[in-house]
Amino acid sequence: MGVERLLPTEEAGQLLELTRELADRELAPRAAEYEQRGEFPRELLRLLGRSGLLGLPYPEEYGGAGQPYEVYLQVLEELAYRWLAVAEAVSVHTLSCHPVAKYGTELQRKRLPEMLGGELLGAICLSEPQGGSDAAHLTTRAVREGDYYTVSGTKAWITHAGQADFYSVFCRTGGPGASGVSCLLVDAGTPGVLPQARERTMGLRSSPVAQIVFDDARVPADRLVGEEGRGFRIAMDALDAGRLGIAACAVGLAQAALDYATEYAREREQFGRPIIEFQGLSFLLADMATQVAAARALTLAAARLKDAGRPFGVEAAKAKLFASDVAMRVTTDAVQVLGGYGYVADHPVERYMREAKALQIVEGTNQIQRLVISRAL
Amino acid sequence: MNIVVLVKQVPDSGAERNLRSDDNTVDRESATNVINEMDEYAIEEALRIQEAHGGEVTVLTMGPERAGESIRKALSMGPDKAVHVVDDALHGSDALATSKVLAAALGTVNPDLILCGAESTDGRVQVMPHMLAERMGIAALTGARKLTVDTNGAGGATLTIERQTEEGYEVVTASTPAVVSVWDTINEPRYPSFKGIMAAKKKPVTTLSLADLGIPAAEVGLAGAYSAVVEHAKRPPRQGGTKVVDEGDGGVKLVEFLASEKFV
Ligand SMILES: Cc1cc2nc3c(=O)[nH]c(=O)nc-3n(C[C@H](O)[C@H](O)[C@H](O)COP(=O)(O)OP(=O)(O)OC[C@H]3O[C@@H](n4cnc5c(N)ncnc54)[C@H](O)[C@@H]3O)c2cc1C
Repeated sequence: MGVERLLPTEEAGQLLELTRELADRELAPRAAEYEQRGEFPRELLRLLGRSGLLGLPYPEEYGGAGQPYEVYLQVLEELAYRWLAVAEAVSVHTLSCHPVAKYGTELQRKRLPEMLGGELLGAICLSEPQGGSDAAHLTTRAVREGDYYTVSGTKAWITHAGQADFYSVFCRTGGPGASGVSCLLVDAGTPGVLPQARERTMGLRSSPVAQIVFDDARVPADRLVGEEGRGFRIAMDALDAGRLGIAACAVGLAQAALDYATEYAREREQFGRPIIEFQGLSFLLADMATQVAAARALTLAAARLKDAGRPFGVEAAKAKLFASDVAMRVTTDAVQVLGGYGYVADHPVERYMREAKALQIVEGTNQIQRLVISRAL
Repeated sequence: MNIVVLVKQVPDSGAERNLRSDDNTVDRESATNVINEMDEYAIEEALRIQEAHGGEVTVLTMGPERAGESIRKALSMGPDKAVHVVDDALHGSDALATSKVLAAALGTVNPDLILCGAESTDGRVQVMPHMLAERMGIAALTGARKLTVDTNGAGGATLTIERQTEEGYEVVTASTPAVVSVWDTINEPRYPSFKGIMAAKKKPVTTLSLADLGIPAAEVGLAGAYSAVVEHAKRPPRQGGTKVVDEGDGGVKLVEFLASEKFV
């Protein structure tokens, strides 16, 4: 992808170079097949972990790379350009480490090097079958008895269900509403943590998504992250950052669709000339290119606010909303540019279009983003 | 074990490569330069031996200033330090002169084991390990697809390689110190990690000139070369392929073709 990037440091440039090398050699050649088979690339994530790409925005003392979001997001974008499901996995994993990295006890943080190094894969358990958008009313309960919490309830749509080694679980330890929610770090091997059959998803098929039933799972009390009742704050904090991750994924995906469609339009001839020479198509491509550039700029602007320690949640919501809507439009238009060839699986654009849809839903639907934005007006 | 890996910067064999029009040497200025692919396997092998037996891994490169990029890249995979022989007078050196310089540089490190790629993608002469071994009076085990190191407790080791041949392999052994060249069948090189890239910046790189090595400039470079490229021409455009028409014997013809190209 021919994107001019303004990077803050020389080391960021080298990180991006390493990312492109890994993505070109290890991700791009496998994406289509893994998507078709619905196979989760666990080993590739280990490789990314060993390469230092799974803990980028976390401090070096915990095994992270101490990179600003501005840089981390551009890494995500490069990954998403080759394989969205892997970029999403990196984003979800990075997010799943957030509660412990930011609010965890010293004991909990002892595990961070393994988490950030990718030996342990993480997942976030917030949504439930009866409620996704209205997360404050989640019903999974954790009852404290002595040195343990007993967790019961069902989480839904959990990315990495059945593959993850640990789950950051949001559950109710107190009364109704946001103030009754707490966060627990739960080992996947805990008896009573029961991942269910995988959902049959429209896209992102190499990324496993399933319900997880907590059937009186006993979790040691020292796995409580932050205090009781802090869980909702922790979740919202994580989601603010996670929205930036999804925005970056959307930019990468849209760029991939744009580049593929442009290349195709240069090669394909109708009426005796390349179809890109028809203004009807070249202007469509110009609009696509402009939207992708705008989505990138908005996303990185929000990231720079975060990096500067300024409030960024509303800007992150705008970036997630705009970038994922752009990804949907641009991938749909890319199918149009390829005509009939766009509608079949021999070209990746129909897959891009199916994948883009997820980005308008996850980490808060785009309606919820508008809610966040409008409330701040 | 003290290991030195020879690393050469070469023009990317996947991109367009040229010879210079003025002196017929490899054009390194306008090319995208990378680590000679086979050398990455030598680095990987060195790191694995270090992981098993301890010791130090040093990268040795002879090349212009810009070969420093390849040295950093090599160091980002894990070696501890590097030696860079750089001198304007080295431009155009042939294999014989290069081996003289490398042997002198190796003398400053005193390695037990010297690892290198079986060939470089620009020169492809495959003689460097033999020349170095001859100059240093040590054994050369070349073309390894497997290398086993049995340490003897006294700091030395017995080296056993499977030497790849067209028919299969030969088992060859030598004791340290020795030169071992490897093919890309020997292992799967690791990617550098981001931490490795950061760490590489702080690793020591010793720069040596011809004067440091006590080698007169006249013995190396274009002037001192025993062989020279007198002229060169562009490769002729690709010919049309062979068409095999199946008249009941298509399979046989295909196999004959593949056999003639040594594919089967
Ligand atoms: C591929 C995929 C991966 C996912 N991964 C995870 C994960 O790892 N962890 C996790 O916890 N969750 C995950 N989710 C769940 C995701 O976050 C939820 O699906 C999302 O928050 C929406 O919740 P819902 O599906 O219950 O929809 P609902 O909340 O029922 O919403 C239905 C519709 O109503 C709209 N709506 C709801 N409330 C309002 C309102 N106030 N104003 C206007 N419109 C509104 C929504 O926008 C939507 O269009 C994933 C989902 C998918 C599809």
